[in-house]
Amino acid sequence: MHNFPSEQLRRPTGVPWARLALVAGGALLILGAAKAGMVGAAPSTALVPLADWLTAALSWFADIFKGVFRALSTLLAWPLNQFRTALQSLPWPTVVLLAASIGYLAGGARLALFCAFTFLYIVVTGLWEPSAVTLALIAVAVPLSVVVALLLGIAAFRWPSVWRLLQPLLDLMQTIPTLAYLLPILALFGIGPMVAVVASAIYAIPPMVRALVHGLQRVSPEIVESGLMAGSNRKQLLAWVLIPSAMPTILLGLNQTIMAGLSMVVIASMVGGVSDIGIEVFQTMKQAKFGHSIVAGLVIALLAMTMDRVSRGFAGRSNNSFEAGRAAAVVAFLVIGVASIAAAWVVPALRFYPEEWVVRPAPHLDAALDWFTVVSFPVTSALKTYTTYFVLLPLKTGLSQAVRPSVWGIEMSPAVTYVYISAVSLGCLFFLLARRWALALGLGVLAVYYYFGTVGTPWLFTIAVLTAVGGWVGGRRVALVALLGMLFILLTGSWESAMVSLEITAVGVALSVLLGSAIGIWAALNDRVSAIIVRPICDTLQTMPIFVFLIPAVMVFLVGEFTALVAVVLYAIVPPIRYGELGIRNVPGELTEAARMMGVTRWQMLWQVQLPIALPEIALGVNQAVMMALSMVVIASLVGAPGLGQDVLIALSQGDSGRGLVAGLSISALAIVFDRIIQSWSAERKRALGL
Amino acid sequence: MSSEPRISCRHLWKVFCADAADTLEAARRAATGDTGAVARVMREQGCVPAACDVSFDVHPGEIFVIMGLSGSGKSTVVRCLSRLVEPTAGEVLIDGQNILKLSESELIELRRHRMGMVFQNFGLMPHMTVLENVAYPLRVQSVGRAERIDRAIETIEMVGLAGRENSYPRELSGGMQQRVGIARSLAVKPDVWFLDEPFSALDPLIRRQMQDEFLRLQALLQKSIVFITHDFLEALRLADRIAIMRGGQVVQIGTAAELVLNPADSYVADFTREVPREKIITARDILEPVVGAVDAGDNVSEDETLDVLLQRFCGRREPLQIMNQSGVIIGRVTLDGALGALRRTS
Repeated sequence: MHNFPSEQLRRPTGVPWARLALVAGGALLILGAAKAGMVGAAPSTALVPLADWLTAALSWFADIFKGVFRALSTLLAWPLNQFRTALQSLPWPTVVLLAASIGYLAGGARLALFCAFTFLYIVVTGLWEPSAVTLALIAVAVPLSVVVALLLGIAAFRWPSVWRLLQPLLDLMQTIPTLAYLLPILALFGIGPMVAVVASAIYAIPPMVRALVHGLQRVSPEIVESGLMAGSNRKQLLAWVLIPSAMPTILLGLNQTIMAGLSMVVIASMVGGVSDIGIEVFQTMKQAKFGHSIVAGLVIALLAMTMDRVSRGFAGRSNNSFEAGRAAAVVAFLVIGVASIAAAWVVPALRFYPEEWVVRPAPHLDAALDWFTVVSFPVTSALKTYTTYFVLLPLKTGLSQAVRPSVWGIEMSPAVTYVYISAVSLGCLFFLLARRWALALGLGVLAVYYYFGTVGTPWLFTIAVLTAVGGWVGGRRVALVALLGMLFILLTGSWESAMVSLEITAVGVALSVLLGSAIGIWAALNDRVSAIIVRPICDTLQTMPIFVFLIPAVMVFLVGEFTALVAVVLYAIVPPIRYGELGIRNVPGELTEAARMMGVTRWQMLWQVQLPIALPEIALGVNQAVMMALSMVVIASLVGAPGLGQDVLIALSQGDSGRGLVAGLSISALAIVFDRIIQSWSAERKRALGL
Repeated sequence: MSSEPRISCRHLWKVFCADAADTLEAARRAATGDTGAVARVMREQGCVPAACDVSFDVHPGEIFVIMGLSGSGKSTVVRCLSRLVEPTAGEVLIDGQNILKLSESELIELRRHRMGMVFQNFGLMPHMTVLENVAYPLRVQSVGRAERIDRAIETIEMVGLAGRENSYPRELSGGMQQRVGIARSLAVKPDVWFLDEPFSALDPLIRRQMQDEFLRLQALLQKSIVFITHDFLEALRLADRIAIMRGGQVVQIGTAAELVLNPADSYVADFTREVPREKIITARDILEPVVGAVDAGDNVSEDETLDVLLQRFCGRREPLQIMNQSGVIIGRVTLDGALGALRRTS
């Protein structure tokens, strides 16, 4: 995180010249050695044939335990089919009424209206059948995750060693793309809807486990002690004291689990051959029938918002006792529900939504979209071209490869190279003289990457930089994580793909952080902007399944790397906004008052008081943006973005489960390396600031 | 006090570190004799000796206050008495039974029937109403629903919270929340009562009210009490006897007047400096024993405080005769003696 002036607050006591010279010398040595061919290119095939080993181990495992898993699959298929049949055979007015009743119980009349609208939209657009499949999948996957998470969470709370073991595993479960472990699941559970259920259940477990353990750990010691002094035994303490006290946190975890489940179900079902709403979007998108994609994508978006609000509504109400009014409402809803079923038996049009009533806005949307594409083409194509040639390409392959007279109007002649080097050196010197030596280092490293590209930069240099940064911000442990993570990628032969993914991620994160922080700061300084515009939009974007973000990006920019970039920025912009606003707003009021009493201007206040204090919080937003960007990079490969995601997809289509897992693990490695570095920087900074 | 102690804490040690017991053993061998030296050895090894060789007795019906500043180990000691914190070495006897030898289920039985505890920040369950909180100790023992509601309501009325049974803790003021905490700790009618800084989180005025309330309840219930506080004046108001702790060690144990008149060291003396001595020292503490004195008729009770004695000296120089509860003259106080007790020992 070189772009953050981490030394800003300390009195500049001098520049560690000797150490800087050592670092710069080391860097030049590595670059020189690479130029001379002594380091060599990153291996394109695996030095450690981990993929083969994994494939062999998996097939051995599957051969032995296939029976068990197939039985489990049959067992889980039963409730799934029950749900699906029940949902699909309910008369449509009953469905809408049912949704409205649940909404009413969770959050009153407004939420009831919203739920009714969602399901009415689904019915009227004729998408009830695939949506019912999605709902049935979630209805099985989420309870499955919750049960497993409860067992894991309680065990982790009880035995600290289990928790230590579980934490890296949870990190892995959350960062490894679902698509990477679809094949092993397929091998174990067989083709069918179970693949989607199991895959999304795995993805949805971590938030619930974390919420449970953190909730239990944070129960005030006095409450635990008072429970013990009352003479509770272990079970009583857990069931009557700990879990109820931690309930608000646990329910928040449940909400996250539901959202994660939904987000993954619509992706994972692509492989299982289940015709749910995700397939509807994906296939129409592939056929470039974007009107259809929007109509179906809106179903996912509306379902997400509904489920989020309903689960939050129930979570918020958990502390109140059952009100008499709600009991009456339940009875009323039951009566209306039964009446609607009875009515449906009499009037067939109320039973199954008649085909001729279906509203099909897709063709109109297509027409509108066509018009928009034509009109906006000069802008969008310029945007795409310029970003691709001047930002993405140089960062990937380096200025040395990307600068061509045809695009840039100049050639990367020795003279130009010389000018580039001099300019960078001058910049570094400027920062050094201003005693901002961290900024000088950052500029130097950035210049190297812009010249060689992430792919073209010698692998030794990248590993050295990440390890050094890790050691600098987080000590030996973080340095070790960085080193091992990057070595894993190198040795398993995924280096080049990883560097391509890293490039899109870096640009995407940089853009979303710049834009997002600006919006966040604006919202922090302006209550009305925050309440009316920024927060509602963030709330909505945050609940959207990752898949939905692809639709507008592909619609406007078609397939390719730039599309992935747009999707990344759209998806990853929420955390920088959120944390930016939070960071600025959390600056202690006394501090800003003190500054105001000294007579600072608004700009001085922002740059010299609020931003430095908010930086650790903003860094956490950056961290989340990195995680989200990495997961989007994989999803974006579905529409043609290169990199590790593509490796995962190729392995998936070739049935090479080991290869897919290795590529997926490489993404995890990248995610965990950056996570540890940014988190420890933020924690260290917060500690230094006494926050 | 002639009766058997209800609680007896003998040579109690609590050391926070890995392998605490072994470290303590080694430290005891390395440092000879002095408790402070043993503690120092362990601190040098990065351990935290929170309670060092703590010994005291609490008699039935007595209010025993442990007073110390934060980090002095007083909360650790009270938690060792109930094994919320597992002691490293020593003995804790309750009615002669060493509770450190109890199995987990025996310990749970002990807590269910014989102990109650009040916490600084109340420790109320946020998800339970006042009634449910107070009834919780009964619920864990599987007392029937009707009975536990009856008993809980009875206790709630005793602490003056009738009418708030169905409120949640967050709807109550701090003082009221602590009344709930007190009611809960008394719901099973325990004979041993621990209070860990029960009034420290309250405003001064409320604190004063709660102290009076506490004394009223104790006059009624006659529990054996270990009361933790960091407030010396609170200790003086409430205690039968006070133990002063510092750095895990007990510096001095005694009645309020004993501490004021004969502080063991300058640390204790510092606390007593701002104390209104004339209101704490009684005739009993400063009398000179006399054998076979003649009853002059204007005797003073041994319970009278120094300020009363000084009033009696207005316009007289001859000593006051002091009698005990049964009217027998046991000694005398001279004017010089009374004035001497007023002067601070430095």
